[in-house]
Amino acid sequence: MATQERKIPAPDPSPETRPFWEAAAGGRLLVGKCKTCGKPHYYPRALCPVCGSDATEWVEATGRGTVYSYSVMRRLPVPYALAYVTLDEGVTMMTNIVDCDLDAIRIGQRVRLVFKPTEGGPPVPMFTPEGS
Amino acid sequence: MTIKGKAYIAGVFEHPTRKADDKSLAQLHAESARGALADAGLSREDVDGYFCAGDAPGLGGLSMADYMGLKLRHIDTTETGGSSYCIHVSHAAQAIAAGKCNVALITLAGRPRAEGMATGTAPRNYGTAPDVAFEFPYGPTVVNQYAMAAMRHMHQYGTTSAQLAWIKVAASHHAQHNPHALLREVVTVDDVVNSPMISDPLHRLDCCVITDGGGAIVVTKPEIAKSLRRPRVKLLGAGEAVKHQMGGQVDLTYTGATWSGPAAFAEAGLTPADVRYVSIYDSFTVTVLITLEDLGFCAKGQGGKFVSDGNLISGTGKLPFNTDGGGLCNNHPANRGGLTKVVEAVRQLRGEAHPKVQVKDCGVALAHGTGGSLGTRHGSATLIMERE
Repeated sequence: MATQERKIPAPDPSPETRPFWEAAAGGRLLVGKCKTCGKPHYYPRALCPVCGSDATEWVEATGRGTVYSYSVMRRLPVPYALAYVTLDEGVTMMTNIVDCDLDAIRIGQRVRLVFKPTEGGPPVPMFTPEGS
Repeated sequence: MTIKGKAYIAGVFEHPTRKADDKSLAQLHAESARGALADAGLSREDVDGYFCAGDAPGLGGLSMADYMGLKLRHIDTTETGGSSYCIHVSHAAQAIAAGKCNVALITLAGRPRAEGMATGTAPRNYGTAPDVAFEFPYGPTVVNQYAMAAMRHMHQYGTTSAQLAWIKVAASHHAQHNPHALLREVVTVDDVVNSPMISDPLHRLDCCVITDGGGAIVVTKPEIAKSLRRPRVKLLGAGEAVKHQMGGQVDLTYTGATWSGPAAFAEAGLTPADVRYVSIYDSFTVTVLITLEDLGFCAKGQGGKFVSDGNLISGTGKLPFNTDGGGLCNNHPANRGGLTKVVEAVRQLRGEAHPKVQVKDCGVALAHGTGGSLGTRHGSATLIMERE
């Protein structure tokens, strides 16, 4: 079945994550990176969850990744695919797979970034199969 | 310092209701407390330590201590979802061993059915948590998050829906003997895989029941346990762990049982081969399968094979599990199944399980809780107990 339009609730930007949502409004996906240990992290935060340093920065992702896992929720009025996508940058993020046949999603599939509008808030990063 | 042998589970109680329209939340907690204290042969006045979790109303432990009129010198409201009560048993033992508490009371209660809660399919909004903005928009519910763990396990290890179904089949074989169980009908693998798909690959029958009710546990020090006229259940080992997304290095194929299990076994000085009965947290079939691997009852990736062909059925299988019917068929009160896991393990050790499911010579039992979400962040707790 093809994805239908689900109403996406607006995320609530915090003082900590404002740059992420400003970038999202501009169609860019940022991930967190630590200047001390060099590791990326997601979801992004002010203090590195890998080494604890507060020397974190924002890095723009290429928007390409691979489906790590997913599940099509069929029991609600509008079915949708919850998923984890592993970005080429090396972090795995929760998201939806959209603009595709839900029954054709596969673990290991290559996907690319697409931003979707929310109800009264900034757009959120989602992913669609490459080549679609 | 170890807790091995320093505390005994003296009383257990599972509230008989599965739909509590006529009772308040606090009342269910207190009725469960009464039941467990009566089971132990102790009184409310003996209680000097109290444990509860996020299901307790209002100010939690404060509100419930007030409602029940408890006089406390120890309180612990550790909240790790459904595994909280397994952790409470361990924390009670630690407090008792340290001389901070003599009689610990643990309670759980809830009314999701009476309140019409859409437990499995409603995305849960955790308010100001730092992950909410990055997760809630995507519609994570309880079931689709556990379903992602199942999808990955199937992809990585070839686990099948039929194998997962065997877990429900086994629970149903046990539940048929439990007059309080919500689902008492024995089901087949075909029944499970043909039930409606909720979120791939989990069908309705892969999911636990939603029930009202609750329960309570009384833990006490050796001197008091030996003065009571009940079969003695001694705590040998306990482990607890938290598993999360580790900054974006997500791996859904194992749980915190990977750490809590070995810690409990090491403290007890035992191995999985010593265990005669297991109560494994069964929010979903996949929760059980992955946990059995993590605890070491079978190799990682072999869980599907291990649970198949009735291996978990008491009397015929090699590892009897959830002989009350578990959360999958009997009871998962307040959407938190950790307390009832301990209760059935204690029944088995005492020889008080239903005769049709009672494990012969049940000397050592294990109870395991998984609370929160396998898909994001969860708490794991493993308890190992023996009949003295």
